[in-house]
Amino acid sequence: MKGVRFWGTRGSLPVALTAAGLQHKLRAVLRASQGRRLDSDTDIDRFLATLPFATAGTYGGHSACVQIDASGSDYFVCDMGSGLRALGQAAMSQRAGKAQTFHIFMSHLHWDHIMGLPFFVPAFIPGNRVFIYGSHREIEAALRRQQEPPSFPVGFDTIFESRVQFVALEPGVRHEVAGIGVTTMLQRHTGDSYGYRFDGGGKVLVYSTDSEHPLSDPEHTDRFVRFFGDADLVIFDAMYSLADAISVKADWGHSSNVVGVELCQMAGAKHLCMTHHEPVFDDNAIEAMLAETRRLEEITRSGAPLLISAAYDGLEIRL
Amino acid sequence: MHIETQHYADTIVAAPAGRIDHRSAAELEAALAPLLEQTGAARGALVLDFARVDYISSVGLRVLMVAAKQMRAQQARLSVAALQSVVAEIFTISRFDKVLTVCVTLDDALAQGSSAALAAYRAARPSSTT
Repeated sequence: MKGVRFWGTRGSLPVALTAAGLQHKLRAVLRASQGRRLDSDTDIDRFLATLPFATAGTYGGHSACVQIDASGSDYFVCDMGSGLRALGQAAMSQRAGKAQTFHIFMSHLHWDHIMGLPFFVPAFIPGNRVFIYGSHREIEAALRRQQEPPSFPVGFDTIFESRVQFVALEPGVRHEVAGIGVTTMLQRHTGDSYGYRFDGGGKVLVYSTDSEHPLSDPEHTDRFVRFFGDADLVIFDAMYSLADAISVKADWGHSSNVVGVELCQMAGAKHLCMTHHEPVFDDNAIEAMLAETRRLEEITRSGAPLLISAAYDGLEIRL
Repeated sequence: MHIETQHYADTIVAAPAGRIDHRSAAELEAALAPLLEQTGAARGALVLDFARVDYISSVGLRVLMVAAKQMRAQQARLSVAALQSVVAEIFTISRFDKVLTVCVTLDDALAQGSSAALAAYRAARPSSTT
């Protein structure tokens, strides 16, 4: 595995930057540009790179979808949120007339993780193959149901015919998928969710979203520390603050930046990337949380530093 | 975990020390249980003096959340006072400063409880003025 690219990083519901939000950013950029010579695109790009990401960029708003660069020609994807549509467009542009194979791994079946499939153009193309993996028994039923009337105008079979196949993964067992090791683990979330541990090419990637961590259960913590053990990258649901996650939003099935840092530190992971951002958070709120999380890692560090990132649509991380 | 305790009028001041992490949080929870019972029965106040606590993990924070909830249910009060700078940052980052009563000094915490408790505390520690 070489790395990952995020196509959807928002939790629960896709969001979009509004005109007012864009104007707020433009105002800040123009204010910061006063007195500078910006005669060329290079000058402008250099200037933009000096600005905070929340000012010159945006964390984006597609729901969960992460692509794993597994070295070969097959596509590896985690979850089919609305970001899958954009991934499909990119795959189509790289197709060059050849059949493509997609391996898609499902954390669970809530709508923000499945809504991209009806808009995933490569699955419409004869000759392409789409394998959907997961540890839930109801994956096929859930995906068919979202395309039944009155929810969607075109039925599952009409679009996908036999190009889409389902593969069950037994939790706790390491499976080989096109040269990549894949192990799932049950997580705490309404209707259950599964975390994924991928290994290949000497690298380990953990995808653990929509997972709540009951702090009163040491066995649960130990299980996750082992699952995250020595990972090169942990993609982690850090939707809420710790206080919210264990009070007003207890049992909502999500976690916090604080627990993410603690689990990664105990597991000896190298890089924590927070995702499944709360839809009500704007870019400044996510950036502030990122700064706070980096500070938390710094003041609680007892071993090697843990790199901290906040995922955004389009972010690429090399392993 | 050993917790030093002092009684001032209707208020108990409890002072844990060291790291409250995934290993020691259960000890804190056990040590707090009788203090919470006493405070709840008296509808009084429990002040946690954190001056000697140099780290608290999410599991430790959960213990405080559960304790505060128990106190509210019994119409009693819980506050945390005199946080070291690192612990204060952890409270801020976790947003526990929004859900618990956090006081800069022990005096502040006692003053929020009752004037009798503050007077008793100052009488016992005449040098304490802040």
